[in-house]
Amino acid sequence: MKMFDNIKQSLVWKSMFRRDYKDTPRNRALAIFGNIFMHLHPVKVRDGAVKLRYTWGMGGISLFSFIILTVTGFLLMFYYHPSVDQAYWDIKDLEFQVPYGIFLRNLHRWAGHFMVIVVWLHMFRVFMTGSYKSPRQFNWAIGVILLVLTMLLSFTGYLLPWDQLGLWAIEVGTNMAAGTPLLGFEGPFSEYLGITPYNDVRFAILGGSTVGGNALLRSYVWHCVALPLVAVVLMAVHFWRVRKDGGISGPHS
Amino acid sequence: MVENELTTGQPEVEERHDKAEKRRKFLRRIGWGSIAGFIGINLAAFVRFMYPRVLFEPPTTFKVGNPVDYPPGQVNTQFINKYGTWIVRQGDGSFFAMEAKCTHLGCTPNWLEAQQKFKCPCHGSGYYISGFNFEGPAPRPMDRFKISIAEDGQLLVDKSIKFKGMPGKDSNQMHPQSLLRV
Repeated sequence: MKMFDNIKQSLVWKSMFRRDYKDTPRNRALAIFGNIFMHLHPVKVRDGAVKLRYTWGMGGISLFSFIILTVTGFLLMFYYHPSVDQAYWDIKDLEFQVPYGIFLRNLHRWAGHFMVIVVWLHMFRVFMTGSYKSPRQFNWAIGVILLVLTMLLSFTGYLLPWDQLGLWAIEVGTNMAAGTPLLGFEGPFSEYLGITPYNDVRFAILGGSTVGGNALLRSYVWHCVALPLVAVVLMAVHFWRVRKDGGISGPHS
Repeated sequence: MVENELTTGQPEVEERHDKAEKRRKFLRRIGWGSIAGFIGINLAAFVRFMYPRVLFEPPTTFKVGNPVDYPPGQVNTQFINKYGTWIVRQGDGSFFAMEAKCTHLGCTPNWLEAQQKFKCPCHGSGYYISGFNFEGPAPRPMDRFKISIAEDGQLLVDKSIKFKGMPGKDSNQMHPQSLLRV
């Protein structure tokens, strides 16, 4: 224990943690203030905030799923090539040959399904408890964007195994985009703008006129880079706003 | 403006301050305008970037062999993987080229020889050999492409000319131009 004391007295330690360990309200507050990750969180929470029957803990579980997905997704990327010739066989490779591959893949898939369900339930709880009301309107709007991002992450991940299920799901999904008014070639009024299968919104999503190699690569880039990045930024805003709007909503607030 | 002994009652000083205020406003507009313009142009460039100039997709005009190789009353499925097109020769000997794309949500139906129908695996739409929809959620018959005879005598399909299936209408009567008789 002497060694730990020495470490805690060292300049390096003190440069990182600018407080002592006496259990005082001030030190408790400093532990939150002084940490870039924790400062998103309120210094103090009401006892109602931990009433599981009220909050269901769905927001926290969404974050937890997202962390699992980030870690497993990062590992899966080491063995996956987003190309038409390789994608499907890389998944087989992950399932049968890569150490822990099948575990990682299944964990990623289940956590993905789980996150979609949990995010919806989170929204349902917030709606049913009226927690979208003043002063939390703005955070509700951020939450709606995060819901859309969750769906988009789910959608773009669907194509990546390059199997029949994903292929036809993306075929159907992007053909719905083709029905967009004005901007989709099968949508109403698009003929007045000269929209064809080669310049409509579906074309921009797929990077071509059919679900092919470009679509697979685009899905991959959106799924692994762009969408998670935006989601992380908005999640930070979301959590910080919970604190700024008076803490998590509880039975009395 | 802050009132003090320097500014009060000295019109030329006030005028100078007003000028400075206007100049600041003008510069502020230029500054924010440039930033907004920069972001706007970059967003537009990003949208344009998502539309590739060159596609590495199969050509939209292609040859599918000689008419004599096609027995009447048969659906040829050998071109659907590459070109997404069936070559159909009807019982009366006429040809048409049909886009292998369900009119519901765009999946590729299968030709079921035994049942003499096209069946979509996604939501179960069914079509007769003419492309006419008779079951499932499909709203209209499948579309056809222009088919003609090339100079070398082979059948030539042009996917850029399309004959759209109309709800409740038989495409054979609706689009006689889609048929090729040899």
